Amino acid sequence: MWSGIGALVVVVALFLFPYYVGPGTTGIMVQGLIVLTLASMWNLLAGYAGLVSVGQQGFLGLGAYFVLIPAMHGVTPWAGLVIATVGAAVCALPLWWLVARLRLGYFAIATWVLATVIMLVIEQISSIGGGTGEPLPGLTGMDPAVLTAYTYWAALIVAVLAIGGVYLLLRSKIGLVLTAIRDDERAARSSGVRVGLARMGVFIAAAAGCGAAGGVLAIEQLQVVPGTSGGVFSVQWTAEMAFAVIIGGIGTIEGPILGTIVYMVLQQTLQSYNAWYLIVLGIVAIVIAIFARRGLWGTLDERFNIRLFPVGYHLWSPGETRRRQRRPEAQAVQ
Amino acid sequence: MSTRTENRAPLLEVRDLVVHHGQLQALSGISLTVFPGEVYALIGANGAGKSTLLRTIAGLHHPTSGSISYDGKDVTGVRPEKRASSGIVMVPEGRRLFTSMTLEDNLRVGASFARKGPWNIARVYELFPWMKERRNQKTAQMSGGEQQSVAIGRALVANPRVLLLDELSLGLAPVIVQRIYSMLPQVLESGITVLLVEQDVSQALRVATHLQCLLEGHTMLEGTPAEVTREQVEAAYFGVTDGSVSNGLG
Amino acid sequence: MAWVNAIIQGLLIGGLYALFACGLSLLFGVMKVVNLAHGDLATVAGYIGVGIIAVTHVPVLWSIPIVVVLMAVLGYVLQRSLIQAAISRGELTTLIVTFGLSIIIENGLQQFFTANSRGLGVGDSFITSSFSIGSQITIAWFNLGIFVLAVVVLLGLQQFMSASKYGRLIRAVADDREAAQLSGADYRHVFGVAAAIAFGTVAIAGICDGMVTTLNPTIGTDTILLFAFASVVIGGLGSLWGTLIGGVVLGLAQAIGAQINPSWEQLAGYAIFLLVLVVRPQGLTSRGAQA
Repeated sequence: MWSGIGALVVVVALFLFPYYVGPGTTGIMVQGLIVLTLASMWNLLAGYAGLVSVGQQGFLGLGAYFVLIPAMHGVTPWAGLVIATVGAAVCALPLWWLVARLRLGYFAIATWVLATVIMLVIEQISSIGGGTGEPLPGLTGMDPAVLTAYTYWAALIVAVLAIGGVYLLLRSKIGLVLTAIRDDERAARSSGVRVGLARMGVFIAAAAGCGAAGGVLAIEQLQVVPGTSGGVFSVQWTAEMAFAVIIGGIGTIEGPILGTIVYMVLQQTLQSYNAWYLIVLGIVAIVIAIFARRGLWGTLDERFNIRLFPVGYHLWSPGETRRRQRRPEAQAVQ
Repeated sequence: MSTRTENRAPLLEVRDLVVHHGQLQALSGISLTVFPGEVYALIGANGAGKSTLLRTIAGLHHPTSGSISYDGKDVTGVRPEKRASSGIVMVPEGRRLFTSMTLEDNLRVGASFARKGPWNIARVYELFPWMKERRNQKTAQMSGGEQQSVAIGRALVANPRVLLLDELSLGLAPVIVQRIYSMLPQVLESGITVLLVEQDVSQALRVATHLQCLLEGHTMLEGTPAEVTREQVEAAYFGVTDGSVSNGLG
Repeated sequence: MAWVNAIIQGLLIGGLYALFACGLSLLFGVMKVVNLAHGDLATVAGYIGVGIIAVTHVPVLWSIPIVVVLMAVLGYVLQRSLIQAAISRGELTTLIVTFGLSIIIENGLQQFFTANSRGLGVGDSFITSSFSIGSQITIAWFNLGIFVLAVVVLLGLQQFMSASKYGRLIRAVADDREAAQLSGADYRHVFGVAAAIAFGTVAIAGICDGMVTTLNPTIGTDTILLFAFASVVIGGLGSLWGTLIGGVVLGLAQAIGAQINPSWEQLAGYAIFLLVLVVRPQGLTSRGAQA
């Protein structure tokens, strides 16, 4: 109960940010909130449903275009955010059908291929900018500080909804199914549990979240550029969300939050060193994945037994094995 | 028992072995000694811990406590492949052949790290004459009994000193089982010592020089087929305890 | 006719794709590892080649064996250390570690070499010299050479896997790791050898690619990894010749797509990939279950 009130306090405080913080910092917060949303989605996929996707940038990009295209026809980008969320979710359905049967590693690359295909198709359409990108109409003439504040609030709402949505999803029937799958997939299947549907539900939800984040991104950048280096379809987005989750703590709701903070700190400190922050992030993520699998939050939780979001989570996704069975206290041999 | 220790060093010695499967204690302080030239049989019902014991001796399980000595040297911490290449070779339960490979390739893999000795692929073909014709056939297409023979052959070409046989009879018709066990004398002749696990008690009693009966991870009975009576074996197998059962441990 | 030439071109590039793909397929077949950094390894090999040539001025073709050996050693070391540690912790960790490696490699290359493209110049005449069949069909010697090299490497790999001691051991470990241990094989070492082979073959492919096109830090994941994966899926897992067929089909699809519309080149390839995924997920040549 207290954690619920605490969360509310934090959200309200965050909401008031633009009133006492400059637009530069607010802009950075927007970036952070986008990554936070993405991280929560990636965590939902990989940490709770065992789906490692390296193609979420596809939905990010789709979301951005779902804001751009209506905006080009007079729909305000703020409403476009809703279109982005729904549109990405709708697109997820046929894509899920394509990759649903693939095993873990193949699933990962297949999602990457899908994201690339989406990008290639969009690049063919010159009316929305083709390969070079297109500026976002509908927001000109706004006072920059006000625009930043509005963008910030949009990003904050999206992030809060995303995390809240994940929380609710995990407490729902789908969440139960996911726990059952984590414990023993074969047993779950044989007892009639709708494993495939649950995974599909998660995939669609994650697509929606990433789409919403993409919409915010379009607004933040005031343009949508496809392309794999720095564009909305860049795999670097997946790298950021995945590393944030791994470092923060996979399989926990708090983990992505912590991980995003670490990510933003690193990014701001190493900003001037170009690609270094991704290299450092990658190294840290690898080290944590091998030596501290539960991530920062998971390790803290283990030590001090704290939990802000009371969802029964499990450590690890399907396919994981323990390295060695822990031996019980060996009795002294007399 | 005293005749065993005269003038001979044990080849394989297990002392107070305790083995866990996760939380479950599968073996609770098992000891056994195998001398060169013996056929030592481990019998007992399902779940008694026989295969666990064999797998631990082969190196696939780590004991919680206790020790295993081979030829006087402690091998408790030695990796399974090292044990195999120094002469402790196991024919695992369920055959475990390399199913994508041909019969001869299976044997060749077995010979990859073989010690020097009398056994080679040609000699295995003498032991199992049917193999020579079908050596390029995929093992996946073979019958249970044939696969079991290939598994034994794969172990033999490594020239073991101690051959561990895990549940040879599993899933095979009695006639086939007898045929397979009929090769045992030739194996022994070449100087190999055998430690086997067998659910089929009569089969075990027929070939063993010494035996130990396990129940739920404990030793219930130990001795030679001549020493133990049918009733004693049954009692040990099923865990019936009353005054008339001696557990052979003194 | 432009069409025939395009088709031949597509066929020939399929050999290169198969060369990219066989390492990926090997690692998955033996260790169930999908190495997301696979494509970047090819790029690294290309860059090492560039570096070696810049420093020692050896002819380009000589750089191939040097780079291959270097990469093979790197593969063994990386496998025994990092990748083995990841494998023992599960598939999720392995994916994350290889993905992390991919990002690190790409951004590292970007830092040191900038995003500009590099080429492994072999001299214009070598690249462009060609021969003709009839009056309409032109085939560049170079492309034919790469295809032949790819087939030779695949043949060698096939021979190694079926008839050599370590080839058998690799297959044995892939079939049943424990049983292989019982036959005396240290599976960690065997995995290392498999990784060395995978890294070596992808290195050859990387250098060839550097000679045909130019290198830049991100082609590992922009194209190579995805092309390799598509080739494996199309051809079917478990057979080297399946990988060759997959590569050739992919190359053909791309060539035909490019003929219709130059910007459709990659899309056409992926379209075939998706089609195979939907209609026959086990691949064109495989008889067994799919990925």
